Amino acid sequence: MEALDLARWQFGVTTIYHFLFVPLTIGLSFIVAVLQTFWYRTGRHEYLQATQFFGKLFLINFAMGVVTGIVQEFQFGMNWSEYSRFVGDVFGAPLAMEALLAFFLESTFIGLWIFGWHRLPRGVHLACIWVVAVGTNLSAYFILAANAWMRRPVGYDVNPETGRAELNDIWAVLSNDQAWSTYLHTVSAAFVTAGLFVVAVSAYKLWRNAGHDDTGEAGVTPPGRDFALFRSTLRTGLVITLAAGALTVFSGDHQAKLAAEYEPMKLAAAEALWDTEEGAAFSAFAVGDTEARHNPIDVTVPNVLSFLATGTFDGEVHGMNNLQEAYEEYYGPGDYMPNVFVVYWSFRLMMGLGMFGIAVAAAGLWFTRGRGRMPGSRWFYYAAIAALPAALAANIFGWVLTEMGRQPWTVHGELLTAASVSPGVSLGTVAMSLGLFTAVYGLLFVVEVGLLWKYIKKGPAHVVPDLENDEDESQIPHFSY
Amino acid sequence: MELAVIWFAAIAVLWTGFFLLEGFDFGVGILMPFMGRRHSVDRRVAINAIGPVWDANEVWMITAVGAMFAAFPAWYASVFSGFYVPVFLVLIALIVRGVAFEYRHKRDSDRWRDWWDRAIFFGSAVPAFLWGLIFANIVRGVAMDADHIVTASPLDLLNPHALLGGVSTLALFTLHGAVFLTLKTDGPVRVRARRAALGAACVAVPAVTAFLLWTQSAHGGPWTLPLALTAVATLVGGVAAARFRREGWSFLATAATIVLTFATLLGSLFPNVLPSTTDPAFSLTVANASSADYTLTLMTWVAVVFLPLVLGYQGWSYWVFRQRVTGEQITRSTVTTGGKEQGRAA
Repeated sequence: MEALDLARWQFGVTTIYHFLFVPLTIGLSFIVAVLQTFWYRTGRHEYLQATQFFGKLFLINFAMGVVTGIVQEFQFGMNWSEYSRFVGDVFGAPLAMEALLAFFLESTFIGLWIFGWHRLPRGVHLACIWVVAVGTNLSAYFILAANAWMRRPVGYDVNPETGRAELNDIWAVLSNDQAWSTYLHTVSAAFVTAGLFVVAVSAYKLWRNAGHDDTGEAGVTPPGRDFALFRSTLRTGLVITLAAGALTVFSGDHQAKLAAEYEPMKLAAAEALWDTEEGAAFSAFAVGDTEARHNPIDVTVPNVLSFLATGTFDGEVHGMNNLQEAYEEYYGPGDYMPNVFVVYWSFRLMMGLGMFGIAVAAAGLWFTRGRGRMPGSRWFYYAAIAALPAALAANIFGWVLTEMGRQPWTVHGELLTAASVSPGVSLGTVAMSLGLFTAVYGLLFVVEVGLLWKYIKKGPAHVVPDLENDEDESQIPHFSY
Repeated sequence: MELAVIWFAAIAVLWTGFFLLEGFDFGVGILMPFMGRRHSVDRRVAINAIGPVWDANEVWMITAVGAMFAAFPAWYASVFSGFYVPVFLVLIALIVRGVAFEYRHKRDSDRWRDWWDRAIFFGSAVPAFLWGLIFANIVRGVAMDADHIVTASPLDLLNPHALLGGVSTLALFTLHGAVFLTLKTDGPVRVRARRAALGAACVAVPAVTAFLLWTQSAHGGPWTLPLALTAVATLVGGVAAARFRREGWSFLATAATIVLTFATLLGSLFPNVLPSTTDPAFSLTVANASSADYTLTLMTWVAVVFLPLVLGYQGWSYWVFRQRVTGEQITRSTVTTGGKEQGRAA
């Protein structure tokens, strides 16, 4: 065991934890803004209730996203100082821009939104949540551009005197096709996740409020408490999930083509393709032998991989063995293959779980078509609730695929992970921080889920202040949360 | 002027802005146990005084760190890998504190609020102490080899000068927070905060004076001397103003003390960014730690365009919440929101 291994585990654990909350923040800020806009435009009480109910859940999640993000800003320097020295000139710029352009925006306007319900004119207050939604999306762009640069470095030169990468074209970094494509994929997946969050919560409330226990059969659902409110949020969530789902599939396809071009080893590992083929088949289920470098069991769909990677059914897709040879010739001896098992199964789990969520959304829209109609089967409610953890897991597997698929590189073709770690930081130090981060994060996770559960069970009535009957609202700073 | 020098100044401004704004947030957190009985409306008043702004105040730190990464990658790399243990403790503290502000009132249980109050106290006191310790060590220098890898052990960071630095920032931020509360609240919290300010001053005045004079005599230059002396003068003036209930002047004075203290520290550091005690030739300087010109020029444009905008809307948010916070508002808003617990808010 080396400090390198633990530093990798620590980055993985803290980033995965961060990214459990981030997609919900990105999508929910937007959904809450939409709900509040509905209220602003129509004045209907149920939209105010929905805004405040989901706003509360959004804030519980937002806090966790913020605090886990702080760690990331420092971790590059703490555990990956050699990496930071090498790329700081290029990588630091989008990070600093993210803080200056996006973090300030989010953090200032979320404070105004939380505390400003009775302080600000309604239009200005509505604008605050929209600024938060824009800020979260902006910050996602900058950080994904920084990440995409590691997978496809552009707009830089390595200075031979200092041995460091030096930025020479920021537009190349910000308009990197890996950057905008990854952004599209990540943010649409975040909207799927947040959409499914709203769907799962609404489905649970509709099921419970209609008087069903967990085993009961549903007939035509009678209008229970908050029926109109949750039917309308259910529909909103379903529409957002399906629209974002379509975008996720489209951008995912584009991601595969970019991988074929810039990171062929990742694509080959994701498909467990050992040898270069023309008209390569898509592997549906494989059991591989990484020692002998072949797959004893491989269930495939002919020519589909070539189509996904190149757009033609007989295009050439590189295999891992051939790439390994080529890389050794170019970069010198070494092992240039990622962990095939992890990459192969992350890819399948990401797609499978993601598709499940999108299918639930499509089914839900069909079941709720027409006025007041509701799904009759309890299986729909189970599936709608299960789709939320599925979407969260799909996000994680997608990032595991992206990040572990580019191993052994931190900067593709330029810097190996093994050469990126902090030389001065001992194994014991990293073990201590890894252990404590994991423990604190684990504890906070339990606390957050407990709080979300508590407020979902309580329902919207509890969180709505009496906005209309407040006699002198200009005098009282009204704290709604 | 050279761009790298401008960026050293810009990062100094960002860190100083962080300590100026987050200083009173830390202070309020440290004063939690003295602001009222446990579970009282008074504690809620104290938290709400910083409720809408603490998050944006903390972003000054994130931006300062991001700017170090972009403008001086070698500085960023050496400082955060070299100061691993204190930085790690700061991060844990900031995590639990941030969550505590948002979760404290979300469950109507005294035990629940007790735990989060402890988190707010430690989450504020630990960074208030450790940032002083870290910056004192940066000014002093640490053992560092020719590749700019810090070889000092975590225990080396606990030298008397740095410990005094930690005590100074801890006491100064506590004072700053107490003065902020006298300005921002009314009722019993305002009374207690005034008393707390005079108590904190008993530590802050001697500690900050000794720390600044030590830093000045060991590392300072001719132009940092007036800064250090003015810092001491504004500190004493601020305490006097607090004594005579001139709350606005008192807050301006503690704010000036924080600005001047960090100006003295970073002024004494320049042109180094992290001196090496192993061999002065191994030191990181503004010249050998900075990014290339293209990045610095780009970052300058970004900062020139966006920093005024940030100052504008952050200032506006302070203006929106300019009213004093009182216990009556909180009990009233609790009644209208239908909550049972005392002072459920924010």
